[in-house]
Amino acid sequence: MVDALATVLTYASLAVALWGVVLVVINRRFALNRPYGLALAGAVLLLELGLLVQMVAGLINVFSTDRTVATGTFIGYLVGPVLIVPLAAVWAAAERSRWGSAVLVIGCLTVPVLILRLRQIWDGHG
Amino acid sequence: MAEPPANLKEATRSGPGRLLIAVYGIFVIAATARSAVQIATHFGKAPLAYLLSAVAAVIYVVALVCLVKGTKASRRIAMISCAVELAGVLVVGTVSLFAPQLFPDATVWSFYGRGYGFVPVVLPVLGLWWIRATAKHEAAV
Repeated sequence: MVDALATVLTYASLAVALWGVVLVVINRRFALNRPYGLALAGAVLLLELGLLVQMVAGLINVFSTDRTVATGTFIGYLVGPVLIVPLAAVWAAAERSRWGSAVLVIGCLTVPVLILRLRQIWDGHG
Repeated sequence: MAEPPANLKEATRSGPGRLLIAVYGIFVIAATARSAVQIATHFGKAPLAYLLSAVAAVIYVVALVCLVKGTKASRRIAMISCAVELAGVLVVGTVSLFAPQLFPDATVWSFYGRGYGFVPVVLPVLGLWWIRATAKHEAAV
């Protein structure tokens, strides 16, 4: 568990979700052939890279700590967002209406929830 | 903007259906991972709850796959799994409310899915509505 990174990832995913909300409100799809869509895809990619770093760091931590942590559950919450974000992005990009942007919003909003659970499990309240 | 869907599969998967399928996808990952960890690590603690979580996971997988396929037959199966899902979340939700001793550990459907923001009780209703809303495309193919 890297606290600073978890905090950064929480705010980053909320920012990407907010970007998606703006697209929904102005009735734009998550279009990769438009600058705003391409920039958003870049942001999603950065978020995914951060989640991958968190996964690796978390795996190292959970196998080297002396504390009792529910290892299986912890790993589940580490891997979950790494899978959900790119799947949501691909599924969102295939949609030709604003509903694609909504998919991206939902996908990104799962990240803070999963990180919150990750913290609870690490602190032993899982 | 969005052009009207050309066929049944596209009608099922696009628009609100795309969001619905995305939420089903998240629940497949959540329910499958959760019940797998529970059954693998401490099955004896609450076998009934963990088996129910596994059943919920299977139903979510069936609904997801059938909605993604979007054929006439798969939509019928999706409709049945949504109905089973709705019955399940209502029954388990009610039982967990009045006989909590039966569930020493929570399932996805405990307290009508409170642990998941009540999405488990809303999702099958939306699924049934969406299959109905796009049924007019069944005649077109």
